[in-house]
This record gives sequence, structure tokens and C-alpha cells, in this order.
Amino acid sequence: MNLQIKLAWRNLWRNKRRTLITMASVFFAVILATLMMSIKEGMYGVMTESMVASYTGFVQVHAKGYWEDKSLDEAFLVSDSMTSVFEQDPDLTGYVSRIESFALSATETTSKGAMVVGTDVTMEKHMTNLDERLVDGQYLEPGDDAVLLGAGLAEYHKVGVGDTIVLLGQGYHGTNAAGKYPIKGIVKFGSPDLSKRLVMLPIETAQTLFGTEGQVTNLVLLLDDADQAFEAAARLQPQLGEQLEVMDWHQLVPELVDMIEADRVEGYVFMFILYMVISFGIFGTVLMMLAERRHEFGVLVAVGMKRIRLASVVLIEVVTISLIGAFAGLLGAIPVCAYFFLNPVPIGGEETGQMMEDYGFEPVIQASMDASIFIQQASIVAIVACLLAIYPFINILRINAIQAMRS
Amino acid sequence: MEQLVIETKNLSKIYEGAVEVRAVDNVDLQIQNGEFTAIVGPSGSGKTTLLNMIGGLDRPTSGSIRVNGVELSGMRENELIDFRLRHIGFVFQSYNLIPVLTARENTEFIMLMQNVDKALRNERVEKLLSEVGLSDKMDSRPSQLSGGQQQRVAVARALASKPDFVLADEPTANLDSKSTANLLDIMARLNRDEGTTFIFSTHDQRVIDRARRVITLVDGKIVSDEQR
Repeated sequence: MNLQIKLAWRNLWRNKRRTLITMASVFFAVILATLMMSIKEGMYGVMTESMVASYTGFVQVHAKGYWEDKSLDEAFLVSDSMTSVFEQDPDLTGYVSRIESFALSATETTSKGAMVVGTDVTMEKHMTNLDERLVDGQYLEPGDDAVLLGAGLAEYHKVGVGDTIVLLGQGYHGTNAAGKYPIKGIVKFGSPDLSKRLVMLPIETAQTLFGTEGQVTNLVLLLDDADQAFEAAARLQPQLGEQLEVMDWHQLVPELVDMIEADRVEGYVFMFILYMVISFGIFGTVLMMLAERRHEFGVLVAVGMKRIRLASVVLIEVVTISLIGAFAGLLGAIPVCAYFFLNPVPIGGEETGQMMEDYGFEPVIQASMDASIFIQQASIVAIVACLLAIYPFINILRINAIQAMRS
Repeated sequence: MEQLVIETKNLSKIYEGAVEVRAVDNVDLQIQNGEFTAIVGPSGSGKTTLLNMIGGLDRPTSGSIRVNGVELSGMRENELIDFRLRHIGFVFQSYNLIPVLTARENTEFIMLMQNVDKALRNERVEKLLSEVGLSDKMDSRPSQLSGGQQQRVAVARALASKPDFVLADEPTANLDSKSTANLLDIMARLNRDEGTTFIFSTHDQRVIDRARRVITLVDGKIVSDEQR
């Protein structure tokens, strides 16, 4: 094998310019593809963070049918047997009790529909770090007869900390729900859409407002690792029984998942086109190399070099060019991706930013440093290189020494 | 003691086409160990084709070729490659050294493929390159050597595997007079001192003059076989 490696390595540098140009094309393709995928995945991360991690949670439990109807009438009591199931689950670290409904929020001069969420303020802080999202005022204490207002909603009503807001809606089983609450803090959510319509208050206060008496509509489960969401949901469902439904975040926000998947496919198509272009570039080099050295291959076979041995020399050459280019590309891509990871770029232009906000996402571009992106690009280049090496490999296996020496 | 190295019987090579060409036509040939033989004839007489078939590079249309008693015509391609590696040395008209390897590495190349021990390889490479007068050019690449020097490396490479015989196809065709004389001296000395069997195809009168046996081919047939 040493002989093949020595021959391959020296052959690579016979035509330095061509080898370097081929490596450079792989280098830039890998940088471009890695950066593109890293930014896409980073954006998905921002979207997920905006929607899921900062509010929805990765797994929720509600009464069967609630998620479709969103009706307070489907509120339920958290039983001891349920808490016991949660306590015994290896991936759960706790849960946040919530009661969610809709009401009209009003001030003296303005009114707007709002999403009213009563929550276990202690656990909420633990799960979503809501206290860190305060832009003004203070975080809620359990039992406070006060609310936190989304920054967008506060701006709409032109109110601030210390002002009062009225909530008017329908409570449990059609009762009236009405209350007047002082604003204790203004919160900016990851999702601008949430900021424009969310009112939060302690769950006890919300239960009084809606007349649900100790009942909740949602339990948001806290997980050690968000990646365990699907397994945890599947495991908990049979233990909690048919009256309750356990939903993972793909079921909770399917529109987000669909959007990410569609965008990811678009990325794969672009990546496919990019690698096709690069593949033809490398293949051109391979064809030239074969044509130039055909006579030499014939001589080597004539003097007794087994064709499989000779083919492996060319295989090593093609794979080495590709892998050096890919490795250099990855080394080049890491600092670029790291820069965009550490320095998210706000999306410029009012319209684009506004459009993203309308979709409920923070309008920033942030790269992802997920190792799988880099491994994926390296693997693609390795596979492409191996596929490209098949042609010269077979070509050399079929070489006829006499014909090759005549060429 | 003389030993039969090559024996062909009714050896023919026919190229089919619009016009059938009998490149080699029913050749019966015997070559003994230690011969210094030139195969001569005009262009298209079948010299190279005959040499290629004896060297296991080309397959005959009919007839047999035996090298040291082993029949080549029935061998599979990989068996032939292995046979060439272990039994036949080649010297080509245009040297055909591996351009990315030095003189030392080119000479060592065949032995590497034969898995010869490193110490033995080094010893033999130095001996061979010394015999062809290139001790001071061991680390030069082909591009740094003259045509004559490259051909001497090619001879050293051909001998490195201790072949049963060396086939040289027009070995002096690209060399000047001085290099030709030098190369012939080296090959004649190796033939005389070490008993290496050489078979040339050539047009070159200087080679023909040095040969101890001259076989003349015309239209694929042996028309004369002169022992000197």
C-alpha cells in the first residue's frame, strides 16, 4: 500500500496548478454549502426558540380535543396519579401548569383581542426564563393580582408599568370573565407575534378570572434534553390514559415544522446543484488525468503492476484531492459559521423583517454550529469523491497494456 | 549448460478487418538461455507483435508460446501480469520510466511489487545502477536525465527482478551514437558476465552488428535465422 500512496501523492503534484484548482473548487463548494446549511439550521433554531422553547414547550398535556377547540370547558384537574407519572419519568424535570384563553384587552381608549395565559409563575421562570425577557417592571409573584404585558400589546395600548388594563371575555362554561389588573411588567418574547397579543398572569389569578377553580388547560413538560421530546411523549401517553393527550412540539406547531421541512428541501436542492457542478469539475480533472497517463498505465501493467493496484493509485488520488479540498473547506467554514453564530445579523429591510415578525419569528440570521452540519458536508464530499473514482477505477481495471501503450 | 527459455510453435497473429493482416505467420522459434538475439526486419514485418506475444502482452490468434516450459497462451490476464512481473524484463523504445520516481525508485519499483525485502532491494538497486554507470544519478528523476541515461535506468529496472530474459523493443531508436554504444556495451557485458538473455527487435545496424543471433522477419514469417 505504501507504493500506491507514494505514487498517488507524487502524481497529485505532477500538475500542481490543476490539483490546486480542483482542490480550490471543492474548498469553496464546501464553504458555501456548509455556510448555507449552517445559516438555514441556525434560522430553524431561532424559529424553534422563538416559538417552542420560549413559549409552547417541547411536550404538552391537555384534555383530549382541547388543542383543536382551545375551549376553557376542556380544563382539567391535575391529579396525584398524574404528578406521580411525571415524577417517575426519567426525562422530565417538572411541568408548568397553564390556563389559556382569549379575552378582549382594553384601556380607556383602546381595545384589542389578547391571548390570556395564567401560569405557574415559578415554574414558568424556570422553563422559559420569562423573568429575563422583562424590558420594564418586575416579574410576577405567585398570587399577584397583576399582569405581564407583551411589549407589542403594551405599545398598541400605549400603556406601561403601573397602568391598568381590563380583560373581558368568556369563562368556564359560559360565565363572564372580567377583571382589571395593574401592569407589573412588560415582556418581550422571542416571537414578536406573541409580544403583540400575550397577557400573562399568575395561574391562581387566571383561575379566579375564568372561574376554573383549580383546573388547568395545559401542562407544559420540562425536559432534560429537548431531543427526548418525541420519546417522552410516546412513553407518557399510555400512562396518562385516553382522556388526556400528550403532544410533542411537532404536533403542537405543525405549521412551523412544515415550513422548516419545506425550506430544508429547498436547501438540499441547492446543495445538490452545487455539488453536481463541483462533481463535473472534478470529473473533468479525472478524465484529463486518465487521458494524459494512459500510456503510462499501459507501461505499468506491462511491467507487471496488477491493474487493481494501479486503479487504487488513481482512487487514492481522486479521494485525496476531494478530501483535502473538503477538509480545508470545513476548516474555512468553521470560523465563518462561528462568526455568524456569535454575531447574529438582524435582517435588514423593513418589509422582510416585518414579514418574519408577522410569521412570529425573531428577524435575525444566526448560523448553527451543530457538528452534524459539518459532518454531513464532509460525508457528502467523501461519497461524491468515491462515486467519481468509480469511473477511473473500472476504466483501469479494463485497461489493455498494448492498446494503452499505443495511445 | 544451454536451456530452452522460449519456444513458439505455429505462432500466428491475425488482425481481422476489411483486409486480413497476418502480422505473425506460423512462427516456430526457440531461444536458449544466455542468447543475445536481434529480431530484425522492415517496418510492419511483425517484430514488435512477435515480441509482445513472447512477453505475454498480446495473445496469439493460434499456436503456442512456452516460457521455461510454461504455456502462456492459455493464461488469464492477471496470471499473465504476474508472470511478466516475475519472469520477463522489458526495455521500451521510449524508456517509459515512471516520471514521478527517481532512478533508484524506478529500479526498485519491480522489486517492491515482488515484495522483495528492503535490504535486498537496496543492495540490488545500488549494484544495478552502478553496473549501468549511474551511481551518481540515483536520486535524479527521469526529467533530469538524458535519453541514454534514462534507457540505462530502464535496463536496470528490467534486470531488477532477475528475469528469465529481457525483451527490448527498439531500445536504441531514440539514442545518439555514443549513448547507443554505451548501452550496447552494458547489455553485452551483462549477457557475457551474468548470462542474461536479451532479445531485441531493431532496425539499428549497430545493434545487429553486436548480436550473436539475428532472426529476420518479413511479412510475419522468419526468412532467415543466422547464428554468429
